[in-house]
Amino acid sequence: MSVVDHNAIELSPRISEADVADYIALLKPRVMSLVIFTALVGLVLAPGHFHPVLAFTSILCIAVGAGASGALNMWYESDIDAKMTRTANRPIPRGRVTRPEALTFGMTLAFFSVMTLGILVNWFAGGLLAFTIFFYVVIYTMALKRWTAQNIVIGGAAGALPPVVAWAAATGSLSIEPLLLFLIIFFWTPPHFWALALFRSDDYARAGVPMLPVVAGPDATRLQILLYTLVLVAVAFAPWPLGYFDAVYGVTSLVLGGVMLALAINVYRRREGSEALRATRKLFAFSILYLFGLFATLLLEVVAHAVAPSIW
Amino acid sequence: MADKQEPNGIVLTEAQKKSRRQRSIAIALALGVLVVLFFAVTIVKGPAVLVRPM
Repeated sequence: MSVVDHNAIELSPRISEADVADYIALLKPRVMSLVIFTALVGLVLAPGHFHPVLAFTSILCIAVGAGASGALNMWYESDIDAKMTRTANRPIPRGRVTRPEALTFGMTLAFFSVMTLGILVNWFAGGLLAFTIFFYVVIYTMALKRWTAQNIVIGGAAGALPPVVAWAAATGSLSIEPLLLFLIIFFWTPPHFWALALFRSDDYARAGVPMLPVVAGPDATRLQILLYTLVLVAVAFAPWPLGYFDAVYGVTSLVLGGVMLALAINVYRRREGSEALRATRKLFAFSILYLFGLFATLLLEVVAHAVAPSIW
Repeated sequence: MADKQEPNGIVLTEAQKKSRRQRSIAIALALGVLVVLFFAVTIVKGPAVLVRPM
């Protein structure tokens, strides 16, 4: 006699209607575009000749690795994504993709990106990419995010690693320059995400995520934003006087850093009503432009050196 | 001689068929890119690709 009456079970397996766009959304394409850009800068700054096919392969693997991290992040965080306005439209909360599907997708991409980078380029870069995915998914998403208000400070290391992986792909080693790029993104992350968290704090509180404005309050967050911005501006400027990057970068860093600092001071001073909200939104928007501007300047310097070495 | 049987398995809707076809094409393209990538890198690296530490 069977314990289970098979006639009583309605066999209705879920048939997926997820299309390609849903799976692309799992890759967090906007985050991926920033990863591609910063990795590209790490790649072009690296010394020596790197074959374009290998360069393309490296950027592709880093991009796919970032996408895998995004999919695995959405797999693990689907419960809090469903509670937040900003993320409720993601494929899992909308019911387009199931959690096991997202997990399989993310693990497959992670495996192929690391193995392809290791086999075709070098295993040091492949290992660094594996560490980046591990850090983002296990250390940041699983351990830090729901546990401490310092989640994005420590977790920011994962977002700062792509240019380091790209440098490692091109050279097979590490140097001061990629670590400088790492530090710039690392110190950029807290003011950027805390500015977002300030005007989305209700969302984070509802989802139970201990972001700094939820745990320590908006005023303490404003002070932390200002302090981290001071460190960021100094760290981003330092490579010029230290002789690692050129004067054009130094001046750009000084100008963009001045604006960033002024906006952070504005956030610190304006604490009430719509003015406070506007100041926070301005800082958040400019922080993206700030990072893009710094890295674009480095990219243009390398291109200018290559096109007209005598002028530079 | 066996009688002709009606299909009694899962019958996909048109939307499910369409999305499955889309996903299949995407997987095929991704595998195609991977094959081209491995081929191109093998050509770029030349004979050195066979040099492996024991």
